[in-house]
Amino acid sequence: MSTTLDRLHRGQTATVTALELEGAERRRLMDMGLLVGTTVSVDRVSPLGDPTAYRVRDGLLVLRRGQAHLVHVDLPEGDPT
Amino acid sequence: MTAADSSSNTSPACGDCVLNNASNLRKLGVDPAGHDIVTAVAGNPNTGKSTVFNALTGLRRHVGNWSGKTVDRAEGSFEYRRRRYKLVDLPGTYSLLSTSHDEDIARDFLLFGRPDVTVVVVDATRLERNLNLVLQILQITDRVVCALNLVDEAERNGLTVDSRHLTRELGVPVVPMTARRGTGMTELLEAVEQVTSGAITTRGKRVQHRDNRVEQAVSRLAERIEGKFPGVVNTRWIALRLLEGDPSVERAVADGTLGELSTAAVIAASSDGNTT
Ligand SMILES: Nc1nc2c(ncn2[C@@H]2O[C@H](COP(=O)(O)OP(=O)(O)OP(=O)(O)O)[C@@H](O)[C@H]2O)c(=O)[nH]1
Ligand SMILES: [Mg+2]
Repeated sequence: MSTTLDRLHRGQTATVTALELEGAERRRLMDMGLLVGTTVSVDRVSPLGDPTAYRVRDGLLVLRRGQAHLVHVDLPEGDPT
Repeated sequence: MTAADSSSNTSPACGDCVLNNASNLRKLGVDPAGHDIVTAVAGNPNTGKSTVFNALTGLRRHVGNWSGKTVDRAEGSFEYRRRRYKLVDLPGTYSLLSTSHDEDIARDFLLFGRPDVTVVVVDATRLERNLNLVLQILQITDRVVCALNLVDEAERNGLTVDSRHLTRELGVPVVPMTARRGTGMTELLEAVEQVTSGAITTRGKRVQHRDNRVEQAVSRLAERIEGKFPGVVNTRWIALRLLEGDPSVERAVADGTLGELSTAAVIAASSDGNTT
């Protein structure tokens, strides 16, 4: 199922399908290991729900909701959102 | 402890580490005398760069988790097998491309400070993420040694890294180590010595541009940058950033600070008056 990173819940794992960001912000995410095909899971959500820490390639990546919304992912079938 | 280790008492944490048995090493702390080999210590944040730096120089640069984050550059010296080295401990950085303010210091030094060799300290438990910077550095220089640190942590997590295979893949020496215990430090020094003396020839993995037109554009642009900023190094890297539309590099080229940047980095690298 296709969705965006900001809609995942804690513990869910998905695969990146597209980065809608551009320029320096896109480059930064790629440098942090977030590329098309990368597996991402939700590690921790801050009390107010923003920002969220994601687990990427054994490291943590903290994203604001607005950024996470621009990261398109694919959730495996049967994983309820 | 060996008699030659004149400054070991400034580093009590290393009192029983391998280094002190390696009488080939003399920690020189901050040494105002001339240096032969400028060695940059780079890597992602929190991988043990300052720990390596302290072990080799006998200095006590603050080490720590997050609170001990390095935000500026420090220099120290040591002598190994009768050759003198100046070690430059850099702030952690994930990339040479998308940098935050702290990371600019590291990037500018790696690109324009003309280190003779760069030791890239990587976290064995987060190898994939760490290799991004290693590969970026390999695009600008072959004179690289990869210090595969935190091997103890990796082992605790049931991870074993095949460092020989990684050495072949990267084309530069990969030295497994646990810097906090001093394990692997002699091997690191040996690798640095071999790379800088030319005893081994490294051939770092380079990214191939599939499209020949990119290659031509880079070459043409690099030539023009050389013409405009004589003495500036890594013009191909700069050309690629311009083609990408990197705003900070565009600015540096447009307003001429690119030339100053290079000079500044080199002057800082030889602040003891010794030119490289
Ligand atoms: N377990 C383990 N911990 C280590 C090792 N090397 C360093 N550390 C610890 O990792 C933490 C960070 O070490 P530093 O040397 O400050 O790392 P750094 O790369 O200089 O960090 P920044 O300058 O902030 O990027 C410290 O708590 C060290 O004691 C190691 O080999 N094994
Ligand atoms: Mg440090």
